Amino acid sequence: MADVVLNAEGLGKQYLLRHRIAGYDTLREKIGGHLRRLASATRPAQDARAETLEEFWALRDVSLQIRQGEVVGLIGRNGAGKSTLLKIISRITEPTEGRLRIRGRAASLLEVGTGFHPELTGRENIYLNGAILGMPKSEIRAKFDEIVAFAEVAQFLDTPVKRYSSGMYVRLAFSVAAHLEPDILIVDEVLAVGDAAFQKKCLERMAEVARLGRTILFVSHNLGLVRSMCRRGVLLENGRVVCDDLAEAAVARYLEGIEATASTNLLERVQRRGTGRVRLSRLDIRDSSRTVTSKVEAGRAVQFVFHVTGRLPALTCSFTIYDSFGQAITCFDSALQSAPAPADEAAVPHFVCELGELFLTPGRYRINAALYCQDELLDHVESAAMLDVDQGISDARPVVATPGYGSVFMPHRWVGPC
Amino acid sequence: MPTPGYTLQQERLVEAGHRDGRDLGELWRYRELFYFLAWRDILVRYKQTAVGIAWVLIKAMVTLLVLTVVFGRVAQLPSDGVPYPLLVFTAMLPWQFFAGALTDSSNSLVGNADLVAKIYFPRLIVPGSAMVVNLLDFAISCVVLALLLAWYGFAPDWRILTLPFFAILVAALTFGAGLWLSALTAEYRDFRFIVGFIVQLGLYVSPVGFSSSVVPEEWRVLYSLNPLVGVIDGFRWAILRGTPDFYWPALAMSCAFALLLLASGLWYFRRTERRFADVI
Repeated sequence: MADVVLNAEGLGKQYLLRHRIAGYDTLREKIGGHLRRLASATRPAQDARAETLEEFWALRDVSLQIRQGEVVGLIGRNGAGKSTLLKIISRITEPTEGRLRIRGRAASLLEVGTGFHPELTGRENIYLNGAILGMPKSEIRAKFDEIVAFAEVAQFLDTPVKRYSSGMYVRLAFSVAAHLEPDILIVDEVLAVGDAAFQKKCLERMAEVARLGRTILFVSHNLGLVRSMCRRGVLLENGRVVCDDLAEAAVARYLEGIEATASTNLLERVQRRGTGRVRLSRLDIRDSSRTVTSKVEAGRAVQFVFHVTGRLPALTCSFTIYDSFGQAITCFDSALQSAPAPADEAAVPHFVCELGELFLTPGRYRINAALYCQDELLDHVESAAMLDVDQGISDARPVVATPGYGSVFMPHRWVGPC
Repeated sequence: MPTPGYTLQQERLVEAGHRDGRDLGELWRYRELFYFLAWRDILVRYKQTAVGIAWVLIKAMVTLLVLTVVFGRVAQLPSDGVPYPLLVFTAMLPWQFFAGALTDSSNSLVGNADLVAKIYFPRLIVPGSAMVVNLLDFAISCVVLALLLAWYGFAPDWRILTLPFFAILVAALTFGAGLWLSALTAEYRDFRFIVGFIVQLGLYVSPVGFSSSVVPEEWRVLYSLNPLVGVIDGFRWAILRGTPDFYWPALAMSCAFALLLLASGLWYFRRTERRFADVI
């Protein structure tokens, strides 16, 4: 079709993972490796042991067609291959297999402020950054005032950016990038910066870019934003496209996937981090009647019970509750608890976190849990459990969902009008 | 729905191992980035220093003094009939450029790792623009040389017109070596040390503090394997009204070396550049 600007056919990217302590690649290692291979040529069994490379496909068999003017949301868990796909599209890295046809110039806001030099002034950095992002000097000059006004840094144009506040820095950086006019704009989680007003401005700017007939590829963990910004959603899982549909549908599918993996036996989870000396085996949520459930009423007592596979002297447990937009709401850490309860050696080792009242508004929440032993991360499980909060009553007042206005409520009292 | 007045550019194919002929044209399209990176390096180099660009002079003068005293006075080496400081300074011109530009361009990819890992542009721009700052230093040193020549009342003859040729020769040599070393440093950080080593020892194995005529005749061929020998001799020949026994094979070898390094450096750099973002 004529207006296809991006056509990927069977894209794949393979990385070789070296299983050893990370460090610089040094010649000695390379030469040493060759020597070992030479020496062990007669003993293939040993060679297999010396080989510590593992093939890893960050992206596999990805075929996509994106038309001009489309705003496509790319979603998926961390490590699903989103960044790798963007890197291939922006030509930073080369695919291992497959091919990609691009019409026009793709520019990415992979990370705002890349190429900013702290010693240079705001003015100098605008020109430098513009050039790095591929804007001709004439274009930068034409848009200079617009960029400065957008970033709200007019007063500090001749100050080195190292003296900028972080907010000013980010605003300036984003503002240069936002005035790029590439054919395909790649936005990777950059909107998580700045204050709310600035974020709103950025979104408006993106919408404007889209109206001009530019194609936008938008990556974000903020599912609400993906739903509102994009018409189309592409869901990546383990390097493959598993859903390419309307944004609504892709987001729904993504959430379903997260829930589906929320099997109660946490030991079956493959996606986890940590050394694994002790692992989380189960997370039970108990309501006020001590029944294991995934549904609790707002304002009622709730218990989180974490079963673990072993005991260690300084073992601590922490968990974070996320809302349906992927925003962290609050976290709990047993290392900070007041007085540890005496261990019952006979029982399965576990942690209990008890909340007298659940101050969350109705909605769906996700819990990530982790085990630590001092600074050592033993285990980390994403979406260890889902938590559905139903309408309830707190302090004789109904607790209702307040979409868009936060998900925490606090016991309070009103006086007035007086 | 395409907006009026907005036309799509040509299609580009991205594929493993695929290189297309437009890459060179692309280098041209990115020329502004080249200027800007060079301009940034120049601006940043002497920011927040008290004497700024005068450091070029201070460094040159102190080196000149030390080399003149050590080789001219203490070691009493012959000066081929020219004032010893002139003998040294004409050699320092290419040497300082070589040492500075080689160090800067070798470290350039690693130094710009955030750019390389996050943004696409022709990678050749990075080591290329890193050399430009040294070109500026070179120009300043040329002015110092002019002053020095005036001070000693030494007027160069027609041979000075050949100086640009030797300047291009040293630039080609340095760029070729810089391509190799920057690409290698991106993957193996060992080369950082190797470059430091080359620059440190190079000062003594190249005829910077002395005339290459002090090298015994039977060792001249071997000595000329150092490509800087031909370059430095050439600079002296061009500026100091010729040298008594100019050793042409050394110059021929320097030229051959420069071409070889440049061609092979380009080849190696282009071959490995697609991996830079993954390995850096």
